[in-house]
Amino acid sequence: MRKLLFNLAAPVGAFVLTLVISSIALWLFGSNPFEAYADMLGHASRLETQIEILNRATPLYLSAVAAAIGFRMNLFNIGVEGQYLFSFLIAAQVGSLVTLPAILHIPLIMIVAMSVGAMFAGIAGILKVTRGINEVISTIMLNSIAISGLLAALQQRWQADQGENFTSTTLGTTPIAESGLLPKLNGVVEIFTREIGQGRELTGMLAIAIVVGIVYHLLLTRMRFGFDLRASGLNPFAARAGGVPPKHMVVAAMVLSGAVAGLIGMVELADGGKFPPDPIQGLGFAGIAVALLGRNHPGGMVFSALLFAFLDVSAGILQSTQAATKEIVNIMQAIVLIVAVIAYGISKRVQGREEARTTAEALQSAEANA
Amino acid sequence: MNPVKELPAWARWALYAFAGILLLTAVQSISDTERLTAVSSSREMLRWAVPIFLAGLGGLFSERAGIVNIGLEGMLIFGMWFGAWGSINYGPWVGLAIGVGGGAIGGLLHAIATVTFNVDHIISGVAINILAPALTRFLSDEVWMSPTTSPATSSPDSVDILFLGGGNIGSWESPDILLSISNWDVWFVSDVAQLARGLVTNVHWVSLLAIALVPVTTWILWRTRFGLRLRISGENPKAGEAQGINIARYKYAAVIISGALAGLGGAFISTELSPLFQGGNSAGRGFIGLAALIFGNWRPGGVLIGALLFGYVFGLDLRDLDGTASHALLLVNAVVLFGVTVWAISQKRKSDIILAGLLGIGSFIWWLSAETVPNWWSNILPFVLVLLVLTFFAQRLRAPSALGLPYRKGEG
Repeated sequence: MRKLLFNLAAPVGAFVLTLVISSIALWLFGSNPFEAYADMLGHASRLETQIEILNRATPLYLSAVAAAIGFRMNLFNIGVEGQYLFSFLIAAQVGSLVTLPAILHIPLIMIVAMSVGAMFAGIAGILKVTRGINEVISTIMLNSIAISGLLAALQQRWQADQGENFTSTTLGTTPIAESGLLPKLNGVVEIFTREIGQGRELTGMLAIAIVVGIVYHLLLTRMRFGFDLRASGLNPFAARAGGVPPKHMVVAAMVLSGAVAGLIGMVELADGGKFPPDPIQGLGFAGIAVALLGRNHPGGMVFSALLFAFLDVSAGILQSTQAATKEIVNIMQAIVLIVAVIAYGISKRVQGREEARTTAEALQSAEANA
Repeated sequence: MNPVKELPAWARWALYAFAGILLLTAVQSISDTERLTAVSSSREMLRWAVPIFLAGLGGLFSERAGIVNIGLEGMLIFGMWFGAWGSINYGPWVGLAIGVGGGAIGGLLHAIATVTFNVDHIISGVAINILAPALTRFLSDEVWMSPTTSPATSSPDSVDILFLGGGNIGSWESPDILLSISNWDVWFVSDVAQLARGLVTNVHWVSLLAIALVPVTTWILWRTRFGLRLRISGENPKAGEAQGINIARYKYAAVIISGALAGLGGAFISTELSPLFQGGNSAGRGFIGLAALIFGNWRPGGVLIGALLFGYVFGLDLRDLDGTASHALLLVNAVVLFGVTVWAISQKRKSDIILAGLLGIGSFIWWLSAETVPNWWSNILPFVLVLLVLTFFAQRLRAPSALGLPYRKGEG
């Protein structure tokens, strides 16, 4: 119980402090913070907004799991951003080349996406174990290669192919046939609620994200591999003495992380059916933030993904009601992350002291009894 | 013994530069481009290298004190915004100073998180990289009514270096020695003169300051008590603590200096490289600076060389609309990789021989089979270069021993 309180104190405290800081920022620039918060909450109480939040939280959660797999063994996969964009592109391309029954078509696209992400991330893993290159540097470089090289190259090619009369709607990869699109979950939601309006559709990737979360949880708590992963992260030397080959674990963790990263783009693919000329960017970095806020915990990351998604979606309502500048939501995300990270540091230290004290007390009373 | 290794560092680098320019000139004479050794190429190289170098030098201070700083990108963005804001409101010089201050605040934040609260360095850096674009968007929206762009900024004037690059004092016109040499049109000699001329004509004051920072940093870090203590914080903080040094204070100083330098680089971007603040204009230069730091083996001169190398490739791309110069670079690339192969053979490193050989052959075949290269290639070339350099030389580099490790006073 005490431990639970400790674990909750840090994120709750961080959130409260974030509210205080962003209120001050809003007030300084002449907006009424309470009005803005009221607008955000009012907006979020509507079913359509909630669907939107879930749609946004899904890729964030997948991205967070991808980052967390690395974090669990002290590997910083900063390259989720490049991995998902690259695998999104290849999967969209492959998916548009074939027409299959849905039961084969959808898994094919998913498997391609996961393998491409895994391979792209694997490069960093292999460079680390064979060449001693820090994964932070190599994944940052691979990000730039994927984003500024690949995307720029493709955009030019698409524009050249279309000649003078290109429009942004016709750019992008060839659309995938209907059979390759993951079904929407509106029917499932509407069993419990009213009909969803405004053409909002709940992404089918939500179900996949839930499965990924459960598998991640089982991996960490029930499987040998997850144990090895955590052991290597906590103490690589001890893990090695215990028969866990550290090099294999590095590559395996990167590959696994990349495979999950490959799924992030599938949310947008299931929605639009192609790789658009301006895909949503930044999910990889946001996922790192979500993972850190959720402390790499499968359940904790659900909350932080929902929080980030709520803030993202609130930008729209702030813009239309003019209660505050919509940029405040990104500030809130950044502040909550920094404050939470510091708060976790403090709570870890306090907890350590607490444990040391209780152990000392227990020892003393044991000695007194003897 | 390897005779090159016996030379002092400056002579060795001069030799490398000489060989590099010779290679560029040789490749240029069998290609249909004149840009490899053009005046504009070296001028653009310097302009592009400056922010990368300043970020890398910032990284040097921080990492020499044991704090990994991937937040450099965010600090650069702070510098961009505050530099632009200062320049618009108070003129170019004050703008630069305010940019430095903005970056330093980012550094202070990183120091508070990593030194005082012992947050993992990478995590704190990631958080700053997320905060900076968000905060500058917010501020831009509030101050300039547009989240992504500012009004036009101004930058201090550029100068020509007397004697070497012309210029004048009052009505007296200085001779322009390098221009006369490049006009001789002698193979190689004039090419060197042209490249050198790009570095001495129309030079931005910040570029001069940046170059001056190489000896200054070397002196501070290796010749002063402050520098020695700063480096102890990054090599062996316990030993420093035993000598009564306040390690935390040196780590703070190092990370704040780090942010200030990145901030100067950012202010340079938003006042000189582009005439306004624009979100996304940092273009990962903080990260590339970090790569230059590793490339340069955590030494000021090495960081400058790395930044110039990356800056050359970026700058060349900018002027190279038909892709011929980038195409010629493929041959340069191939020759260098063959050089690495030969080196690997002499070192008897089997995997390096195969890897460098294959990449060299690939580069060469590409060069033979294509007339031009697509321009995405030059976009990614600097990053590929970083990976290649690290692939072959990462094991020869030496980071500060206590880099990235948590430190708490009185423990251990």
